[in-house]
Amino acid sequence: MAEEQPIICVRGLHNQFGDQVIHHELDLDVRRGEILGVVGGSGTGKSVLMRSIIGLQTPQHGDIEVFGDHLLGRPEAETVDIRKRWGVLFQGGALFSTLTVAENVMVPIREFYPKMDRDFRREVAKYKVGLSGLPPEAGPKYPAELSGGMKKRAGVARALALDPELLFLDEPTAGLDPIGAAAFDNLIKELQKTLGLTVFLITHDLDTLHAICDRVAVLADQQVIAVGTIPELLALDHPWIQEYFNGPRGRMAAPKETGGG
Amino acid sequence: MAVMTVPSDFVEEMMEDGVMALRFSGDLSIATVDDLPERLSSYEGDAQKIDLSGVGYVDTVGAWLIYRTARDIRVEIVGAEPAVDQLIRTVGGVDPPTDVRPDPPNPILRILNDVGESTTLAIKTFAGLVGFFGAVVAAALSLMRHPGRIRWNAVIQRFDVVGVRALGIVGLMSFLIGLVIAQQGAVQLRQFGAEVFTVNLVGRLTLRELGVLMTAIMVAGRSGSAFAAQLGTMKLTEEIDAMRTIGVSPIEALVLPRVLATVIMLPLLGFYASIVAIIGGGVLSWVALDIPPATFFTRIREVVPITDVYVGLVKAPVFGAIIAVSGCYQGMQVKGNAEQVGFRTTAAVVQAIFMVIVLDAFFAVFFTWIGWS
Repeated sequence: MAEEQPIICVRGLHNQFGDQVIHHELDLDVRRGEILGVVGGSGTGKSVLMRSIIGLQTPQHGDIEVFGDHLLGRPEAETVDIRKRWGVLFQGGALFSTLTVAENVMVPIREFYPKMDRDFRREVAKYKVGLSGLPPEAGPKYPAELSGGMKKRAGVARALALDPELLFLDEPTAGLDPIGAAAFDNLIKELQKTLGLTVFLITHDLDTLHAICDRVAVLADQQVIAVGTIPELLALDHPWIQEYFNGPRGRMAAPKETGGG
Repeated sequence: MAVMTVPSDFVEEMMEDGVMALRFSGDLSIATVDDLPERLSSYEGDAQKIDLSGVGYVDTVGAWLIYRTARDIRVEIVGAEPAVDQLIRTVGGVDPPTDVRPDPPNPILRILNDVGESTTLAIKTFAGLVGFFGAVVAAALSLMRHPGRIRWNAVIQRFDVVGVRALGIVGLMSFLIGLVIAQQGAVQLRQFGAEVFTVNLVGRLTLRELGVLMTAIMVAGRSGSAFAAQLGTMKLTEEIDAMRTIGVSPIEALVLPRVLATVIMLPLLGFYASIVAIIGGGVLSWVALDIPPATFFTRIREVVPITDVYVGLVKAPVFGAIIAVSGCYQGMQVKGNAEQVGFRTTAAVVQAIFMVIVLDAFFAVFFTWIGWS
């Protein structure tokens, strides 16, 4: 297995709703083991890109490879083995509201590994709840009883249920208070290190970008206009990138700026 | 790329230092553990150590399995790579873990609790419904003093949704009901040679009872449920709270137009339903009993007293009010999650139909009492 082979490889992606072109000839590589931040203005198709990769949205044309396997145009049954190697955290958590947190974690396990011993499955769900930083009393609670931050953590626990190699996070820190957001950033970094995850992270949160992302991909003009570390991006003179990182909020979030903060 | 296909296994083996050890091999991951958890749970040997020097890929499931085994049979783990060791310690760090479900309460207590809860719920619902009805009436009275505030657009839009769009389904249902009443009536009455009374049966039954009752049930299912679901969803998305904060009364803006539209539309729909049912009965009489339409309608006018029409028309607005109020009330009670919307929608329909039928019985007694029989 070649080391440099990307874990996600998107080529020539074209997404269109009616007359509105979202992506045109979009290319993107995600390297194994990195945390890739995906940024872009509202409506540039960050979520659509994620949904295309995980198969919730069929693009007009293009090619998507995950773990070196083509995904587009194949029946769901064939891609099961690929789909169980990734986990997804949706924006609102998307927990099943009729199940407790621990039962939510058990759902993907039961779905993909129906033969696993029932007691062992429960144990797995339990320690996953703990791994995602939830207190023990959160396991038997229903999603409606949780705060926003706890819902996100529960969502992470479910996304990690199958021990995925690849984690998709859609705006994980949106709606969290700064302390909760920072704690969540730490959790992602920690999990990424211990479990060797690759993380595809859509975010608007400049602090998250600075704190945990190895590289950042910028979506604009229907394409990924740049991918690189933040210093690399700052060296480009694209107006949107400059405004994004050097705007008032961008400067505040930058770690080494003096007087900011 | 990690390929997780080497099945995992363990054997009991004597190590060089003469200690019995559980020696694991293969990959330890969610995809490869298979029946290992059960086999390890039932392991009853006297191993002193767990040897991980032979394993390949380990994920958290494998790490948990090792941690749990080491904890249960009290042995130490040797030969683990640093990363694996770290993983086992991370996973073990969250032990003791959480519960899956809330603790089930004592069964007797639970039954008592359920009984008490349903009773208080029934009382609360009734009280709430009465209170809500009062609020609607109060809002209606205040609107009468300031007619400029009535939202005619909303009311007329509801006319369309509740009334006009129901014409097709209510018409079809009524036509079939008329047909069935005439057919069943004819079969029974033929035994007494009294087939001609089928006309009385169809005319009186549909105008007095079935036209309005069946329409009410249909509207409860069609519009009462829609009201509950709409208001419930608006409650969840905080639209109703937003309305309150900008000084718009949800009762005035959302509930009254719906109640008004249903109260006005139900008599019209009910009357229409009765007429279509009579037409259905007429068609069957013509085809099966050889009563020509002209004769049928002359007979209808002779045998159906005008009070039958009044009975239907008096009941209909009351039923309409019940359906709309209980739909809106249940919708406004939604809180928490999406499941509540479904629950409240069902409750609205069941409640509305139940109350309509109970009230219909009261009306039957009442109208007989005042001599409109």
